Formats: sequence, C-alpha cells, structure tokens
Amino acid sequence: MASTFETVANIISETCDIPREQITPESHAIEDLGVDSLAFLDIAFAIDKAFGIKLPLEQWTQEVNEGKVPAEEYFVLKNLCARIDQLVAAKAA
Amino acid sequence: MRLEYFQMIDRVASFDAAAQVLSATSTVPDDSPVFEGHFPGHPLMPGVLLTETMAQASGYLVLGLLKFSHMPFLAGVEKAKFRTFVGPGAGLAIEAQLVHHGSGYAVTKAKIRSDGKAVCDAELMFRLMPFPNDMATVMRAQAQAIGLVPEAA
Repeated sequence: MASTFETVANIISETCDIPREQITPESHAIEDLGVDSLAFLDIAFAIDKAFGIKLPLEQWTQEVNEGKVPAEEYFVLKNLCARIDQLVAAKAA
Repeated sequence: MRLEYFQMIDRVASFDAAAQVLSATSTVPDDSPVFEGHFPGHPLMPGVLLTETMAQASGYLVLGLLKFSHMPFLAGVEKAKFRTFVGPGAGLAIEAQLVHHGSGYAVTKAKIRSDGKAVCDAELMFRLMPFPNDMATVMRAQAQAIGLVPEAA
C-alpha cells in the first residue's frame, strides 16, 4: 500500500502536470510547486476521494489569513500528509 | 430559457435532498440573436450554453442542499461531452447529482437529455463562497421563481 506521501505526490503530479521527481516531502505546494488556489481544489478533491476524508480547507485558509498558523503547517507536503493521517485516524476512531 | 439573460432553467421538476439530485426542465427558445451567429442558417444551441445550463442546475442543487449558506461559483468543467445537436424549440431535461461536498467546494455530475436522447454530460466543480452583497436575496428569488421547493430555500 502506498504511503500517504506517495499518494499525495502522485495526485499533485497528475493534477498539476508536475514531474513526480520534483515533488519531495519538503516541497511547499504553493511556493515551490506553484500550485494555485484552483488547482488546490482539484488536489483536495482527489485527496478527499483517495482517503475518504474532508480536508478542512476553509478552516486552514482562515487560520493562515488571520496569521494564527503559518502556511507551511498546511502546505509543506510532509505537514499536509501528517494532517491527512490525523484526519484518517480520527475518522477510523 | 432566455439565452441572452443567462436564464437557462425554466423549472425545477424535482429536488431530492436525501439523494442529492435535482431535475429541471427547459425549452430552447425558437428565436434568439445567439442563433444568428451560431450558425447562420443552421441554428444550434452552443455547447458553452449547454454547459452553463448544466452548471445552473448544479448550482441550484448546491444552493438547495446548503440552504443558501454559500454561493456556488463555477470553477471547473471536466469530461464535458456533447453527444448530439440541439436546436430551437427543443425540450431539455437536465439532471444534476452531487458527487462530493468538500470544504469550500462542491463537485457535481450533470447531464441533459432531449427526446430521450443523451445531449451532453460533464463533471463540474464549484467554489463555495459567501454571498457578495445582496446576491443571496436575488438567488432566493430566482430559485423560487423556477420552483425550487421552499423548504430547501
């Protein structure tokens, strides 16, 4: 079974036409990979489907915009994957 | 259906919140300036307006399901297929089904049939945003005018 990062990296690669080898756990989806807000909706849809969760994008966006949480917490891929794992675990609990 | 005013839905035939499906009907007008250009002497409903029709049916579906808490703005069209031609006077049966309600977005599948034939289908993505200004009032009025059930509004 693919790891969370492998699944997310493949989704980003396919959705945004970014070579898979350019995507690392340290990549910032927006600053390093150039993912825009519309493309991120496509990514969120694919992640929601793949993991059976609902990424709380509205909450994250609000927290970042209000300066409560740095964007890196959600948009650096290793952090994004950790959040996904938490959501999957919460759903299973 | 008033093409020039982007009023693509004549009537909501049914809205099933549990099944997350909306069915609507519309009739392509006999005359419209649109047909003067698309195409001269061979009037055909443009694919972009069929897409808009699917988007509006999907939009009313989302409005009904969310009880007008957010406005759905079309953000993406995937897998759009136009399977047959539609001309002036054609009756259309439009169906929209919710595929996924994400955080800040929704995805639907929609299709149009005419005389029992598949006309077009697509998967549509909407960004869900707060209503700008008094747009909620306008959308509620339009939804009511086309028969979106009051309890959904």
